[in-house]
Amino acid sequence: MTSGQLTAAEVRRRLKLKTLCEPEGEKPVVSGYAGDLLSWVMGRAPANCAWVTVMNNQNVLAVASLCDVGCVICAEGAEPEETVLEKARAQGINVYASPRPVFELCAALSRLRGFAAEKGEKA
Amino acid sequence: MEIKPLVLHYEVSGDNFTGAGEASVAMKRELRQMGFDANVIRRAAIAMYEGEINMVIHAEGGVADVNVLPDRIEIVLTDEGPGIADVEQAMQAGFSTAPDNIRALGFGAGMGLPNMKRYSDEMKIETEIGRGTTVRMTVLADSPKNSF
Repeated sequence: MTSGQLTAAEVRRRLKLKTLCEPEGEKPVVSGYAGDLLSWVMGRAPANCAWVTVMNNQNVLAVASLCDVGCVICAEGAEPEETVLEKARAQGINVYASPRPVFELCAALSRLRGFAAEKGEKA
Repeated sequence: MEIKPLVLHYEVSGDNFTGAGEASVAMKRELRQMGFDANVIRRAAIAMYEGEINMVIHAEGGVADVNVLPDRIEIVLTDEGPGIADVEQAMQAGFSTAPDNIRALGFGAGMGLPNMKRYSDEMKIETEIGRGTTVRMTVLADSPKNSF
């Protein structure tokens, strides 16, 4: 890992996100994806992205795990239940929350140094 | 000496959505341990996950059989559900017969079968109304789709 590469924990600090669970805070985060239709996200979210969503059920974990996302950011206070978070911990998925809407969170992410805001852009 | 394929078998429960995806996640772990390319693993896992979800939504579950060979991953999903009336229509992006309660969970976007086709190198659907559906998919280790 090169120095200066963003990690999930660093994204959490910079965006002042609430930690719901952070089993692997050192996971790299190099880009972002926003969406709530799980099949859509599944087919398109890149690996090592910060996934911003208002979906908060257990199926979010399967998608996050299969897509190798760096962290899940639950927007607008849509926090998963504790039973879901327990599974997230077991599967090594970082889950954060924020009261801010999806758009604001994505805008804030795009301003982070070391973050690729557009497809194909190098972090 | 002929290399024997690794055979994986998963029961996909149709009870609810809490277990949906477990077979795909388990398969993904196996493929990773075997050292497959990350893109190959991702394609196989996505294709299998969509199939799993379809079996849970429409067919009260089913079974997933996976043969892992050095050059390809073969996935066979078999259910005893209602069958697909019009496969061509079901293959269209956005077409879905999923009920509202399923849509509220974030499914039913009509992307399941299109995603399976998009991420596999070969896909065949055998279906019979009232009897069930079998979907066969092959994900090749060496494929132009790996650069997606």
